[in-house]
Amino acid sequence: MSQPATLEAHHHDGPGTDVFGFWIYILTDCVLFGSLFATFIVLNYPGAYGPQLKEFIQLPYVLTETFLLLGSNFTFGLAMMTFYKRKMAWSKLFLLLTIILGAGFVLMEINEFYHFVHEGYSWQVSGAASAFYGLVATHGLHVSVGLLWILVMIIQLSVTKNVRLNEKRMIMLGIFWNFLDIVWIFVFTTVYLQGAL
Amino acid sequence: MLKELILGNLSLEAIPLDEPIIVAAGVFMAIGMFVVLVGITAFKKWGCIWNEWVCSVDHKKIGIMYLILSGVMLLRGFSDALLMRSQQAIAADTSMGYLPPEHYDQIFTAHGVIMIFFVAMPFMIGLMNIAIPLQIGARDVAYPYLNSLSFWMTFVAAMLVNLSLVVGSFAATGWLAYPPLSGLKFSPGVGVDYYVWALQIGGVGTLLGGINFIATILKMRCPGMTLMKMPIFVWSVLCASILICLAFPILTVSLGLLELDRMMGMHFFTQLHGGNIMMYINLIWAWGHPEVYILILPAFGIFSEVVATFSRKRLFGYTTMVYAIGVITFLSFVVWLHHFFTMGASANVNAFFGIATMIIAIPTGVKVFNWLFTMYRGSIRLDTPMLWVVAFFTTFAIGGMTGVLMALPPVDFHTHNSLFNVAHFHNTIIGGVLFGYFAGFVYWFPKAFGFQLDERLGKISFGFWVSGFYFAFMPLYVLGLQGVMRRLVHYDNVAYQPYFIVAAFGAVLILIGVGFQILQIVYSVKHREKLRDKTGDAWNGRTYEWSISSPPPVYNFAKIPTANRIDEFWYEKEEKDPAHVHPNDTCFEDIHMPKNTSAGFFIAVFSGILGFAMIWQMWLPAIFGLVGVIFTVILRTFNNDTDYYIKADTVKQIELAHYKEMLS
Repeated sequence: MSQPATLEAHHHDGPGTDVFGFWIYILTDCVLFGSLFATFIVLNYPGAYGPQLKEFIQLPYVLTETFLLLGSNFTFGLAMMTFYKRKMAWSKLFLLLTIILGAGFVLMEINEFYHFVHEGYSWQVSGAASAFYGLVATHGLHVSVGLLWILVMIIQLSVTKNVRLNEKRMIMLGIFWNFLDIVWIFVFTTVYLQGAL
Repeated sequence: MLKELILGNLSLEAIPLDEPIIVAAGVFMAIGMFVVLVGITAFKKWGCIWNEWVCSVDHKKIGIMYLILSGVMLLRGFSDALLMRSQQAIAADTSMGYLPPEHYDQIFTAHGVIMIFFVAMPFMIGLMNIAIPLQIGARDVAYPYLNSLSFWMTFVAAMLVNLSLVVGSFAATGWLAYPPLSGLKFSPGVGVDYYVWALQIGGVGTLLGGINFIATILKMRCPGMTLMKMPIFVWSVLCASILICLAFPILTVSLGLLELDRMMGMHFFTQLHGGNIMMYINLIWAWGHPEVYILILPAFGIFSEVVATFSRKRLFGYTTMVYAIGVITFLSFVVWLHHFFTMGASANVNAFFGIATMIIAIPTGVKVFNWLFTMYRGSIRLDTPMLWVVAFFTTFAIGGMTGVLMALPPVDFHTHNSLFNVAHFHNTIIGGVLFGYFAGFVYWFPKAFGFQLDERLGKISFGFWVSGFYFAFMPLYVLGLQGVMRRLVHYDNVAYQPYFIVAAFGAVLILIGVGFQILQIVYSVKHREKLRDKTGDAWNGRTYEWSISSPPPVYNFAKIPTANRIDEFWYEKEEKDPAHVHPNDTCFEDIHMPKNTSAGFFIAVFSGILGFAMIWQMWLPAIFGLVGVIFTVILRTFNNDTDYYIKADTVKQIELAHYKEMLS
């Protein structure tokens, strides 16, 4: 069985416990996305009621979107690295780059939705369309929350002098941002690649 | 235009002034609220309540607030039950009873929702809060501020449900709001929206609580307490918390998609346009079945603690108990389809889920035998907590057997949606969950409040509750086997009426039991000096919560204990007198504690505003609520002044006071 838990006098701000709790939150978010994926797979199948998703998907566009998000993950990695080297100015710059790339992703997604709706694939046309918007927009919403968080993080890097606290926050933000990338990989394959077949 | 943005669909017509029962209930609630507010003002307690309770991050106080919420909501949910029982006792043949169908539908929906979400869940989380950190030798939960947020989210959700009684209406769909009935087409009012938003807000609170307790149990145990040395209650709460984290996101998704159908005209669960109704029913039960195990596992934990303590014997089969809990945790996720065998899945699918359901009886049986063997040759004391446990054995065994019966798909086809089913799940939830929580309540009451509950009144209440239960639900088994469906507002066959009258009589007995419980609490508060628990070890307990004073000091443990075996405290007591170590001989240290915060309260209130505004489609207040939530969350992260130290000297004074009281 596991080792006895070590208990320091200052256990309330132990970064280990907080990061551990954040991992559990990520687990719950996995279940959330899992349920949405299941709904999508059940409702969207070839020959499902209404217009087919296939006719609207433009893979090169989505691939660009994907690279924006993956790129933002790379810049976040750089921000993390420079943070560890305590080069705060660089770290903030890379965080800003992450925001720009992430915002590009969200804007491209909104633009895609806009075109889909105008071409006749709104969320009201069928269960399959509802499932598409339900899944993809939930991911987009998560990314948007992440963007707000990164913005707050930049301010906190400037305001908060407690480096250990900031480090803990950067670790958790990093877990969140990476997680959203991984979910997007599944969205890309399940929704777009399989949907375009 | 502006008026629409602010008020949405809300108007004075939303208050049903033409329905006397609702008006009376509303007036009653308003008077109650008014009396409480006047009382607080008259006794000048606002500062105390705000600083000591609302902003508190102390797990013991949050636990007490959960218990109060649960108790108040129990009265509300139970009055719904009385309305239903009396309606069904009257409404045979030519008599239509006194409740119009639309109102009756809301009552059985509200009854189910309130009893599960706002009675059982807060009761359980309240007991968890009081006992878990003390049992593992910790000074608080892992995230005290999150704990406060969890409570206030649950509180706000419960208030939304209560508000629906007066402003607008509640869902009339049954407690799980199956579409298409819960879709916009068949439920155009705000009832289902109240249901969805209340459960979403409450669900977030519960989910955060689950995360909190997993982290607390895995990361905050005292030195030496390995997983296999934890008290069984801690094990059961760990598994229940894991279930919360795995199941509640599914609830969030299913309710969220249902609300998207209603608000945005989407087609997840509509009949036409390629929606899939069974998807909702699968999703909601993929949450719903683990949910009943979330409720029962901590009750099993309480039984284990109480049986060992009141038999004055170490729990029989600790390891098998742990494995039984683990197996139940796993199996609870692979049986959800037994709630709808009639869906039309193939015989093989039904057989799989039927067999999986029956297998759950095995680990549960292991547990029952472990408890019985613990009692065997123990020196048993039949105090009230133990009485509840004994009543549980027989009652739960009956409920379990009818459950295994219905696990056979062919039998289920006959009993599906019948009163047999209603009797079965009340048999397990009252006889298992509620009896367990009552046992835990009486058991830990002296720990939380510092004085014991009066035993005589407790035993009278117990007698009425248990006999009332059998009178209320055994007739329903008979009726169910005769084919009477659930949720009937009226029936033609007068031959059923005697059974319904007996059931109503049972409900009255339970009412008397509840009355005696209230009397017991009032009486005990009045005579608290006589009932005072001076030693901190009211029942001659085995686990760490009994090693400190009652109520515990804010820091719980002046010195963090070291656990070398199961029931370490019990063996230490046998080896030496607890009054052995004088506080003057001990070296105390400064203790690091989290500061109180109002952030959790405000986030919850803003969530409540958001929920209420979304229900009535009041867009400006909705934006206000949402911005309020985000702003408060962010603001809190800029507050670095979140903790303080209790000086070693203060600790010493508190410990000395307890020492003196213990000797007196």
